Amino acid sequence: MDLKELYRDVIVDHNKHPRNFGKIDHADAHADGHNPLCGDQLTVTVKLDGDVISDVKFEGSGCAISTASASLMTEAVHGKSKQQFNSLHDQVHDMLTRHDSTIDPMSLGKLGALSGVREFPARVKCASLCWHTLQAALQNQNQLVSTE
Amino acid sequence: MNAPLKSSALAAKVGDVDVITIRRDFPILNQQINGHTLAYLDNAASAQHPQSVIDAISRYYQHDHANVHRGVHTLSQRATEQYEGAREVVRQFINASSSKEIIFTRGTTEAINLVAESFVRPRVKPGNEILISALEHHANIVPWQHVCKYTGAILKIIPITEQGEVDFAAFEQMIGSRTKLLALTHVSNALGTIVPVEKFISVAKRLGVPVLLDGAQAVPHSSVDVQKLDCDFYCFSAHKLCGPTGIGVLYGREKILNAMPPWQGGGDMILTVSFEKTTYNQLPWKFEAGTPHIAGAIGMAAAIRYLQALNMNHIAAYESQLLHYATEQLQRISGLRIIGTATHKAAVVSFVMQGIHPHDLGTILDSQGIAIRTGHHCAMPVMTFFKIPATARASFAFYNTFAEIDQLVAALHSAREMLM
Ligand SMILES: Cc1ncc(COP(=O)(O)O)c(C=O)c1O
Repeated sequence: MDLKELYRDVIVDHNKHPRNFGKIDHADAHADGHNPLCGDQLTVTVKLDGDVISDVKFEGSGCAISTASASLMTEAVHGKSKQQFNSLHDQVHDMLTRHDSTIDPMSLGKLGALSGVREFPARVKCASLCWHTLQAALQNQNQLVSTE
Repeated sequence: MNAPLKSSALAAKVGDVDVITIRRDFPILNQQINGHTLAYLDNAASAQHPQSVIDAISRYYQHDHANVHRGVHTLSQRATEQYEGAREVVRQFINASSSKEIIFTRGTTEAINLVAESFVRPRVKPGNEILISALEHHANIVPWQHVCKYTGAILKIIPITEQGEVDFAAFEQMIGSRTKLLALTHVSNALGTIVPVEKFISVAKRLGVPVLLDGAQAVPHSSVDVQKLDCDFYCFSAHKLCGPTGIGVLYGREKILNAMPPWQGGGDMILTVSFEKTTYNQLPWKFEAGTPHIAGAIGMAAAIRYLQALNMNHIAAYESQLLHYATEQLQRISGLRIIGTATHKAAVVSFVMQGIHPHDLGTILDSQGIAIRTGHHCAMPVMTFFKIPATARASFAFYNTFAEIDQLVAALHSAREMLM
């Protein structure tokens, strides 16, 4: 178990300086996520241009993994359609949870930095919370997402 | 600031016994975790077992197991003798006046629920009040919320101070003729605060208010005398006492227990059953429906004997040295803030580090063999009070060493380097 695999430079950087941190006024969609186990909570707000994510922000409090994952996500999904987001969501989920994942982390760009998480089963939910939350927001289920 | 204490200069002894010797009694401690010697600092969540407890349980299963209270055959008699013998060990441990006052439960949580359902719920009316503190574990909050929901009673919360102490002045204002129960933690699991329960009890007694104490964190670290405390109920779990999970104790005053209706129905808690009328068994069995956790009770008794051989006062004295050393060392780490600074504390240090979430600390420490708890510690209202989502908590037992605290401090420094 190599911690450097978990806390890669990209992750440490995005935790210290989260991108797109905050709240969009008059957002088209939003959802709250909560991980009762560790108290992580975040709110995702989205601006849509038709079917395309034209802006997305997150705020809340969480560990380095959950903050970095959310920060990386907001960068990665900019300009993506809902369908493209769903496909990315599934790839990230696969990479985070499956030891036999066939997803090449390199193909996901910076998001590939999250691949170390799967070696730390207790931390997978930290990384996946923001993704579930954004998915809920896009499906217009402005409800609370819980990892439990 | 005084010159820092050095762990190497401190004698790790419980009474006359070297902690190194004590550690040999705990096989689980002797292992590597992620390539490092295990430092188990999560004792407030659950403590480890000495070989004598493991042996008592396996001896019971190998030689003596049968159901209790129901057979004339030899094994059933042996099992019954050991199970009831365990009750006597517990009685003496907390100095109850009779073993009828010792009810075996699944743990603290079930003990509190028993009192909530069988004692409080039938007695309260809309507008009556149940008084707890803001320091409580969820186990001493949620059962009362249930009672209130079904009866119209009101749950009142005694506030805590910035130090994490229960506000006695506020308590004196809040308790009154409407109060039907005071349910208070003896020692806080989240912060380590030792609540001066005697003061609270004496006010409650003056007003005729029954008192329940949640002793889950107190019993492992001090000698508890329920008669001297003069409380009506006292609850604790074996697994925090180096005993097994799934077993714990409700102590209740005999007179009160006698007047309470049974909680659960079934075998063992009855004398006779017909479809017209069932008569209930006497104390303590009236409250022990069904086949109990026999091995659990036997294991708990073995754990108590082990602790008594070391002496609870010696254990408390050594743990307080550990607390003192840990507090001093941790305070030197820049950006670290200890949450809970009560004058009297059990060996628990809850803390947060600027810029590092407790959850990350937990992972980084684990990679260096150190087990601590991170999260809300089943005390979310305490976290809310301090406006933090979670803390990291190191909690010590008499088998921990000063060197393990050094290991913790070094790991916290490495966490800073890694994440800051
Ligand atoms: C203060 C306190 N009360 C109650 C409990 C609940 O104990 P159990 O889970 O053994 O029922 C705990 C254990 O976490 C505790 O620390």
